[in-house]
Amino acid sequence: MKKLRKPVYATAGYNTVSFGSGRKEFNPKKPRPGLEEYITEAGKGVIAQINDVNNIDEGIISNFMAARFNRQGNLAAMIPMIHPSLEYKPCTRVEGACGSGGLGLYTSVKSILSDVSDVVLTIGVEVQNTVKAVYGADILAGAGHYRTERKEGHVYFFPAKFSDRAGACYDKFGYDYMRKGMAHWYVHAITNARKNPKAQEYHNTIEDLLAAGMTPPNPNVFCEHINVYDCSKVSDGASALIFASEEGLKKIGIDKKYAIEVVGWGQSQADISKKPEEPTRLTTTRRSVEKAYEMSGLGPKDIGVLEVHDCFTIGGLLHLEATGVVGYGEGAAFVAEGKTAMDGEMPTNPTGGLVGFGHYTGGTGTRQAVDLVHQLTGKAGDCQVKINSNRPYGMLISMGGNDRTVTCMIFRRAA
Amino acid sequence: MTFDERLRNVSVIGAAGKMGSGIALLLAQEMAKQKLKPENKNVPYRLNLIDVNDVALDGLQTYLKGQLIKAGEKTTVLLRDLYKNREDLVENYDVIAAFVDDAMSLFRLGTDLGMAKNSHIIFEAVVEDKNIKVDLLKKLDQLTGKDAVYFTNTSSIPINVLNREANLGGRIIGFHFYNPPAVQKLAELIAADQTKPELKEMSLELAKRLRKTIVPSNDIAGFIGNGHFLRDGLHAIREAKKLADEYTLPGAIYIMNKVSQDLLVRPMGIFQLIDYVGVNVYQCISETVSGYIKGENLKDDLLAKMIQKKVLGGQRADGSQKDGFLKYEKGRPAGVYDLEKSEYKMFDPSGWSGEIDKKLGDYPKGIVPWRNLLMDPKKDEKLTVYFKNLNASNTLGAKLAKAYLKNSKEIGEFLVKSGVAKSAQDVNNVLLNGFYHLYGPINDYI
Repeated sequence: MKKLRKPVYATAGYNTVSFGSGRKEFNPKKPRPGLEEYITEAGKGVIAQINDVNNIDEGIISNFMAARFNRQGNLAAMIPMIHPSLEYKPCTRVEGACGSGGLGLYTSVKSILSDVSDVVLTIGVEVQNTVKAVYGADILAGAGHYRTERKEGHVYFFPAKFSDRAGACYDKFGYDYMRKGMAHWYVHAITNARKNPKAQEYHNTIEDLLAAGMTPPNPNVFCEHINVYDCSKVSDGASALIFASEEGLKKIGIDKKYAIEVVGWGQSQADISKKPEEPTRLTTTRRSVEKAYEMSGLGPKDIGVLEVHDCFTIGGLLHLEATGVVGYGEGAAFVAEGKTAMDGEMPTNPTGGLVGFGHYTGGTGTRQAVDLVHQLTGKAGDCQVKINSNRPYGMLISMGGNDRTVTCMIFRRAA
Repeated sequence: MTFDERLRNVSVIGAAGKMGSGIALLLAQEMAKQKLKPENKNVPYRLNLIDVNDVALDGLQTYLKGQLIKAGEKTTVLLRDLYKNREDLVENYDVIAAFVDDAMSLFRLGTDLGMAKNSHIIFEAVVEDKNIKVDLLKKLDQLTGKDAVYFTNTSSIPINVLNREANLGGRIIGFHFYNPPAVQKLAELIAADQTKPELKEMSLELAKRLRKTIVPSNDIAGFIGNGHFLRDGLHAIREAKKLADEYTLPGAIYIMNKVSQDLLVRPMGIFQLIDYVGVNVYQCISETVSGYIKGENLKDDLLAKMIQKKVLGGQRADGSQKDGFLKYEKGRPAGVYDLEKSEYKMFDPSGWSGEIDKKLGDYPKGIVPWRNLLMDPKKDEKLTVYFKNLNASNTLGAKLAKAYLKNSKEIGEFLVKSGVAKSAQDVNNVLLNGFYHLYGPINDYI
């Protein structure tokens, strides 16, 4: 069992609004902020919480497909745009599809552990509303294997991948049972998002959320086994936070009670050219979770708040199962019974998750870490869940592709 | 010759116009799909787009390309299947671009009618003038050696007249698209007495492929759509004239436009609709129909006065609305034409138009704007509640709306009684599918 050779802390989190359809102020015909604005806003949001920007040793930026969404590469060079003091600091961009954010966290932690840096500024960003959905689907399909999958793939490549998983679950556990669970996941996500002014679904006014979620899938319009409410939306946004060593925290003048401590992680990589071995399970996610439990000596009963990667409602249910919080096939019942609610047995995605908060793909893992900083330090406002002392841990799962690139990380309040 | 064989060489005359360009767009999509079938690999496909206006033809190519891209984006599932054997086309972007290229390669644009020589199907969408149409059809029939079949888009001229005067021997049918053809689901189908049965069959097949809902209309000038629209508009004009003494003519036009949009829950007010169609086109329909229907006054001098002042409405090449009875800012009515002063009187919610709004009175409870009801699965229930409240209301607005609804219903019933439409359902279908109304004129709301 690997142990951390020294403590690593996370603090000073900041999320921008998750912008896109659903937000009242969103108008696809009007100019919108780009990578530059989101990165700068998130970066400045962090800097405002520390004593001196000069104490940042290094920058890490997570992003999936700016090269196509924004025709922009070399994103590490956007970090110095945030503040002149960041010019000439070492910066790195990491990419692992929608799991890029998780890789950014992992890379930041490694940098602290290796004594290379004491203070790392970690940013995650994606700006996707630059193209129509039908072309965005092409870009996001890059998270799958282009050579073996894209030609045969669906117009909406990734929704169809998770539609296939939903279909396999219908076969195994029954359509009505699963459909109801997925619809309840939607209700759960929107209910939480409505409490968060930065969430993409904050303005959602649908009266009967469950009826919307129960909309029968229509393959003539979309995918065979899922409806549009089962999907996270197209989002623009960025998140940022600081990873620091003990010395680093002191340098930036942050009291430990405003920081959380990394207690374990697991990162696992599956072969992109292979099909998932079992469509009703997220096996790579499971491996990452097991590694994080092993490293921290914890188990599902110790977790007090959970952040899972519900790019699709079915993904949310399968992630719940992969954490061991519920057994195989039990996710749908768990959410339908309200057990993922903020006051439920396992508060999950309290700010709305990907379906409710939004999913700026490359920045989502970063957003999850920011939200855990807020939750575990009691700064989550209307989205705050009660953290009990007998299970004070928060866990996040950041997933790239169809269960290919997965990072799981567990934290607790530092003091 | 089968319908599919005929579809290999098609001409659209008047292709640069609003209707012609929309028809060309629909045909291009269907013909491109045919062309992509493996069995048609080496078969040449041609879509000749002919118009007297050379400048407008320049814009047509750009317009069609833009529209084909949009069409491709909406039918990408089908396109991915059509191109499944093309290994080089992998992403949605690739297949959409290939489809646009394939469709664009069908086009031959020009001003020379001779381009239609080898066409087996010809769509006619030129100006609504009988003599021009007859002359054109005669010329085309000489060119094509009496082989082609003709789909005319006339909205008011009897097909029997065109058939007889151009001596087409039944090779013509009225296939009346609605504006814009690519969007509106309706096509009115009007056969002349002599129209060949196979041409009727072709029309039904064509409608199926272009995803149009066919409503048959008898061959009486104006058919169902314009039969209703013409009389509906004349009602508004005449009511406006009556109201003009008290509210001035611009004020009265403002009133009738507002009542017909808001209180009748229609997509646009009646004067906005006349502007959309074009004041001159509306006048042309009025003149044409009047020429064939006796004993009913279907003209009004207000139209001629507007045309005299060159206030014509209609649309620009980019689809934006030109000023007519109303002035438009960002596509929305913002003023109304004052014939006496030859200028627009801008709406003034804190002044004259606000005063009129007060006089119209409060809207009945349960009123919902057309746009909000359009996709509402409970729209029928909501309309029933609203119209019940409208019936109980006695404001000026409600009175005008009730008279308007009553008149619209009477027009609908007259169209059935006089044999233009086969049934009330057909009349309602035309208004629902061709005019985007939420309810048919023949209803129990009034």
